[in-house]
Amino acid sequence: MTTAAKAPFTMPHPYPGKLIVVEGIDGSGKSTQLSLMRKWLDSQGNNVFFTEWNSSELVKETTRRGKKTKVLTPLTFSLLHATDFANRLYHQILPPLKAGMIVLADRYMYTAFARDAVRGVSHSWVRHLYSFAVKPDLAFYFRVPIEVSLSRLLEGTRAELKYYEAGMDLGLSTNIVESFKIFQSRVLNEYDKIVDEFGLTVMDATLEIDEQQEQVREIVSKTLASYKPKRGSHAKREALFWRRFTLPESEGAEGEADRH
Amino acid sequence: MQGYGVLTTGWTRSELMAKTIASAKQGNILDPWSYSLLYATDFADRLEHQIIPALRSGFVVLSDRYIYTAFARNVVRGCDREWIRGVFGFAIVPDLVCYLRIDVDTLALRVIESKGMTYWESGMDMRLGADLYDSFKKYQGMIIEESDKMAEEFGFQIVDARRPPEEIQEALRARILPILKESRTKRISKAAAEKAAAEKAAAEKLAEKGAEKSSEKASEPAPVKEPATT
Repeated sequence: MTTAAKAPFTMPHPYPGKLIVVEGIDGSGKSTQLSLMRKWLDSQGNNVFFTEWNSSELVKETTRRGKKTKVLTPLTFSLLHATDFANRLYHQILPPLKAGMIVLADRYMYTAFARDAVRGVSHSWVRHLYSFAVKPDLAFYFRVPIEVSLSRLLEGTRAELKYYEAGMDLGLSTNIVESFKIFQSRVLNEYDKIVDEFGLTVMDATLEIDEQQEQVREIVSKTLASYKPKRGSHAKREALFWRRFTLPESEGAEGEADRH
Repeated sequence: MQGYGVLTTGWTRSELMAKTIASAKQGNILDPWSYSLLYATDFADRLEHQIIPALRSGFVVLSDRYIYTAFARNVVRGCDREWIRGVFGFAIVPDLVCYLRIDVDTLALRVIESKGMTYWESGMDMRLGADLYDSFKKYQGMIIEESDKMAEEFGFQIVDARRPPEEIQEALRARILPILKESRTKRISKAAAEKAAAEKAAAEKLAEKGAEKSSEKASEPAPVKEPATT
């Protein structure tokens, strides 16, 4: 597994575009922040592309089926998500990045590093699995205590926890809220290690939405300081890409259900 | 016929992935990474749900293709050798790998004679040739080359696949039977060793108990015996 040490994801990518990712446990508010960031970048005249975890047409359906019938093991769970990632990297992330555009990703390989480790999959193996990935130009980590994320999830539009999101497959507790607490605490621990290992930018996700967004924009501006926006046309292409990013879909129960 | 419990399994046959892989192939939009990872997921599912449980219960598992197929296809598609091998790092090493070796000309004839060449068998995703035939020859030629290398590296048992089916079957049996006998002997000798060990342990225990008893006896107060002597 020596390749992980010199894997592409440890070195800056050579492409003219910029890749910005957000990480954090469920209920950390990362998607909300990313959505605001996207609107802001759009308004600055950038051509922004968006991709989210476990959303590729290729495997989404399989993951959904596997979760429903609960046949997924930590190993197949990990491999399926890597497949989804590979597919999106190749089709959604790399082309705009190479063309010099901005790509925003809701969750990136760090999600796998954190969750799979908690499920008992080997650290070095998961890193090896993703060694073809591109290192983001900026990776935010929205850190939030379990209680806050839990209350956001239970009081929000969804008002329920999902089986895998609560780590119910690990048999930590028969109570889903208890299981969520134990599982996500472990995920938080893993994230803390990942922050140091990969130099993620830590955000205090307990702050008000606008406070966080202000900080986000400041940091993003620095990352984009040397960036020259590129676009092929001046017409808005809302019909094609905006649709995937409207709040009801990414925040609603339907969209959320498939992402974990 | 020989009284072995047998499980057969094959590439892309997992319950979880079979449909996904089929639909991915229809789209023809696979990149080398998801291509490999789809097969790795299929393999992991079968390994955990079929192969390992069967081996644990003492079955003979016959697998139509194994990780080496992925290794060859991936390397031919320009992916890193180390990467794909690491991805399949969770696999278990087979007791026997039979490599049915064939030359690409005979292979092309056979495929055309039977079901015809397909897009994926011809490696058309790699744009190696203008048509199915040209592409097939180049692609399968590369696969054979890589398989030959692996045969040496991993010690495959090579069977000449150009011979008639009966002869191939004979050749396969000649390689499989010794492995089964060996493991049966091992099992028997293991069982015998375990039995002997158990007997030995039991004997020792008995001896200890005996010793204890005899020591008990020895420490027994003399007066019991005394009345008899008196």
